[in-house]
Amino acid sequence: MFGKLSIDAIPFHDPIIMVVAVAMAIGGIALIGAITYFRKWKWLWTEWFTSVDHKKLGIMYFIVALVMLIRGFADAIMMRTQLAMASAGAEGYLPPDHYDQIFTAHGVIMIFFVAMPMVIGLMNLVVPLQIGARDVAYPFLNNLSFWLFAAGAILVNISLVVGEFAKTGWLAYAPLSGIEYSPGVGVDYWIWALQISGIGTTLTGINFFVTILKMRTKGMTMFRMPIFTWTSLCANVLIIASFPILTATIALLTLDRYFGMHFFTNDFGGNMMMYVNLIWAWGHPEVYILILPAFGVFSEVIATFARKRLFGYGTMVWATVAITILSFIVWLHHFFTMGAGANVNAFFGIMTMIIAIPTGVKVFNWLFTMFRGRLEFTSPVLWTLGFIITFTLGGMTGVMLAIPGANFVLHNSLFVIAHFHNVIIGGVLFGMLAGLTYWFPKAFGFTLNEKWGKRSFWCWLIGFYLAFMPLYVLSFFGAVRRMQSYDTAEWQPWMLLAWVGAVIILFGIICTVIQFYVSIRDRKQNQDVSGDPWDARTLEWSTSSPAPFYNFAHLPNVSGIDTFWAQKQAGAKTVSEGPYQDIHMPRNTVAGPIISLFALILGFALVWHIWWLAAVGAIGTFVSFLARVFNDDIDYYVPASEVERIEREHKERLEMQA
Amino acid sequence: MTTETMSNHDAHADEHEHHDAGGIKIFGFWVYLMSDLVIFGSLFATYAVLMKGTAGGPTGADIFELPLILISTFLLLFSSFTYGMAVLAMNANRVTQLKAWLGITFLLGAGFIGLELYEFQHLIHLGYGPDRSAFLSSFFTLVGTHGLHVFFGLVWLLVMLVQLQTKGLNDMTRPRIMCLSLFWHFLDIVWICVFSFVYLMGVL
Amino acid sequence: MRRPHHLRVLGILLLLTLTLLLTGCSSELLDPMGQIGSEQRTLILTSFALMQIVVIPVIVMTLLFAWRYRRSNKDAAYHPEWAHNNWIEGIVWFIPCIIIIFLAGLTWYTSHSLDPHKPIADDPSEQMEIQAVSLDWKWLFIYPEQGIATVNEVAFPTDVPVRFRVSSGSVMNAFFIPTLGSQIYAMAGMDNDVHLIANHEGVYDGRSTNYSGAGFSGMTFDAIATSQEEFEAWVDEVRESDQTIDFPDGYNELAQPTEDHPVEYYSEVSPGMYEDIIRSFHTGSDDGDMHAGHGEAEDDHGDMPMSAEAAE
Repeated sequence: MFGKLSIDAIPFHDPIIMVVAVAMAIGGIALIGAITYFRKWKWLWTEWFTSVDHKKLGIMYFIVALVMLIRGFADAIMMRTQLAMASAGAEGYLPPDHYDQIFTAHGVIMIFFVAMPMVIGLMNLVVPLQIGARDVAYPFLNNLSFWLFAAGAILVNISLVVGEFAKTGWLAYAPLSGIEYSPGVGVDYWIWALQISGIGTTLTGINFFVTILKMRTKGMTMFRMPIFTWTSLCANVLIIASFPILTATIALLTLDRYFGMHFFTNDFGGNMMMYVNLIWAWGHPEVYILILPAFGVFSEVIATFARKRLFGYGTMVWATVAITILSFIVWLHHFFTMGAGANVNAFFGIMTMIIAIPTGVKVFNWLFTMFRGRLEFTSPVLWTLGFIITFTLGGMTGVMLAIPGANFVLHNSLFVIAHFHNVIIGGVLFGMLAGLTYWFPKAFGFTLNEKWGKRSFWCWLIGFYLAFMPLYVLSFFGAVRRMQSYDTAEWQPWMLLAWVGAVIILFGIICTVIQFYVSIRDRKQNQDVSGDPWDARTLEWSTSSPAPFYNFAHLPNVSGIDTFWAQKQAGAKTVSEGPYQDIHMPRNTVAGPIISLFALILGFALVWHIWWLAAVGAIGTFVSFLARVFNDDIDYYVPASEVERIEREHKERLEMQA
Repeated sequence: MTTETMSNHDAHADEHEHHDAGGIKIFGFWVYLMSDLVIFGSLFATYAVLMKGTAGGPTGADIFELPLILISTFLLLFSSFTYGMAVLAMNANRVTQLKAWLGITFLLGAGFIGLELYEFQHLIHLGYGPDRSAFLSSFFTLVGTHGLHVFFGLVWLLVMLVQLQTKGLNDMTRPRIMCLSLFWHFLDIVWICVFSFVYLMGVL
Repeated sequence: MRRPHHLRVLGILLLLTLTLLLTGCSSELLDPMGQIGSEQRTLILTSFALMQIVVIPVIVMTLLFAWRYRRSNKDAAYHPEWAHNNWIEGIVWFIPCIIIIFLAGLTWYTSHSLDPHKPIADDPSEQMEIQAVSLDWKWLFIYPEQGIATVNEVAFPTDVPVRFRVSSGSVMNAFFIPTLGSQIYAMAGMDNDVHLIANHEGVYDGRSTNYSGAGFSGMTFDAIATSQEEFEAWVDEVRESDQTIDFPDGYNELAQPTEDHPVEYYSEVSPGMYEDIIRSFHTGSDDGDMHAGHGEAEDDHGDMPMSAEAAE
């Protein structure tokens, strides 16, 4: 009846998990209770869950990402604590069985359920506004993508309490992830969480690719697009080209596990090296999917707060395109030590280094944007400055890893861990937090508290260096990744130092939470009526904050890079004037949440081999999709009078402020 | 299988707008097909790597029955032709003809699936199932993934026949029939690759 | 203009501290005990130093520009529309290119000179062969010439090139002795190899670096580099053990998952056991030709098919 699922699947024996589970349950009940008490269910459902508005979806992506960041960080600090304790024969407090799940979950959560939704959330919030569009090309798909992603995130969180998560490392290398060596349900949770959310990501990639190519406003040629839009475009190209490889690879692993096939098994002709190749053929582009939009954020931030045009727009674009292409021919540098020939290794090593050239050019472009500018030290700028320095160091260690001869001793060591946290925290996370602060007023109509934002920055920066520089040092002493304990007592001081760093990062996260609290409390003082709190340059700032659901009463007309800035400089009126016209808009849809709910049921049932429930999930997914296909009532016209009313209110607010 | 679009153009340009929305739909579907192509690319690459991994089991030459495959190939190629006729009928606004051609396409596609199922069933019966060796795993998966696509194409065909019946030919159904047309021809091209790369090279 | 000067001094200090940190203290990778490791240390330090040509200016410029062009500094020039300069753009492409060209040359050269498959000695008869098999969760070392085997301890004479042939009886692992240099993956059914040499006597830590499951942390071993005489004494000691291991029974027993496995000596090992272990993952294929050359030192890694084409 319930497949492999029984009451034993709940880890009652593990006090840590039980405490977390109880805390999660209390939190969940409190949240549900609060929503019920304030009678907000209908509002949530109609205004948010079923919304096809790209701005609201962007906000929801970010909320999920921040919640998952806390979960992923809890994993991180547990690992650091374990390693600070488990020295010279001591076992620490986490047995391998638990520790191995934690480092796997940490990697999976941070990449798929924190970094990705932050990047995609920001793209959602910003890209249509930057190109002067009223929505994305396929608003319903956009909602569906979000909910599929959410289903994946929920599945990962279910694994915490029901059953177990994978104990394989975040990429689940075969044959360890095969049924012979991982007979539990952990890998199956991994498979279905990534498969469901990955399909959502692919749809997002297609959606934004088409949006950017086809939905740009009048006069917005490709080479007038803001850099963030350019980097998003390239990231989406990477999604379209690389996520199908992940889908295929996970599907093959699934067939191995569920049908006894032999793609990656040790015997019967299987080839585990193929798994490693395939997963990195997706995995390397993936890191550029994350970092390119972050580069875009920094470009916008630095130009805005330096009050100066971005230096070298053309080179910036071409550097982005070059990185996009090169990212597909470097994947082998993740496993030089597999034993490929010297020529193959050298080729991939050199290709990898070549990426350093366009990246270096970008760094210099940011520097020369500051040069002869008027830089205001807001928290987005601090994140950017912290990024430039940190990322440069991370890039340097990346090039060192790309030299096969050096990689033979650095591979799989803590050097690798330090390196990719160096670029992912210093690059992606700093970028996303900068972007969050920068575009927050566009989403909510008030700015975030700067004092707590800066405190958060300093905690993250100092915490990062304290946490990860010791790992570089440790790697030279032969410390490797994924150790649950170690014999060498000399490593412990460095591990303790890294733990201190993690605690300082914790303070950074707390600062961000306080920042939200204080900012929401003081939202009246921090209100942004103008829609343009930073005196910025690109189109998203030309509409009110928060932007009306139709974005622009009149679609803007673009005549160059930074048209909005040029208009302001010329003293042109940037507020919309009548007469207004009816605006064609998509209707909200229940299809996205419902399809994804069935997909979640399907995933859960497949994890536990509950075949009847899987059938329910599959049929439900199909039927609810079909219902959507047969629904013709998917769009409507906003009457011109309504547009006029909204625009008039905005103008009145502006006048009141003046 | 994108079905939603909206336009960024001014509301009063109604006629133009809907035309454009269909265009965006079809363009997006092209992009989807490209990403699907990457899946097939991965599976072809996998097959190439595992082709020799027969683990003492049969090789391609031992199990492929070319005459049968040739028949199913012709069924699929011909179904592409009949779909082409369907699109011509649609462009001429001949709904009955359109439905007839779609119906024939469906039958041909169903025949293709039937033959594939027979082939698979036969192999499994002989003990050459996908769990026998890496070669068979990759063979079943590559051919089966194509078959699964054709199956979804058939379901989609049915949906379109129902929608033509209930909604007729309009701005909603037209782009969908065009997208399905792209999908169908795309599967034909993939099959030609499967046929030459898997079956012909396997037998040679 | 005192401030930029300060920053430059700060940059130089930073460089000095980093170099000191990397060269000053004694560590596995920076105080290697063999030729391969030494070359790798030189490579790491060279590439590190080379990249400082870009890294230090970037850090200095970041701090300098940010401070100099801060909003409150009305003395600094302000050119809001200045966004293009051929000279600067040329230089920012040129300098990284030059460094990367240099690094690429270095990479090409060292990828070949440090190729793990490349024998250290010109004459293959000068090298000894040790076969390492990763199991759950321990290392089995087989000495084909001596006809002995050990678990979690490996010994070899100094200044003799050693060819480690590396395979796995379980999941993927990686064979690594940090003080000696290069690591290599251990994969079931594959015959991989790495050539190492110890130039100083000592007992070095060895381990698997590729995560392989619950007992991974304890998958360590001692690598003993000794004089020729002491090595022979060690071999004799192993030969005195009353344990022996054969394939498949003894091997299968050992292959059962264990954690923190103690050191074991086997005075006798069934001949061709390493090949037998590899072959046990090749069901159905007559392996004769697949490992045709395994007795010879020139054995290439030709039986390691790389699936580099497996990506788009």
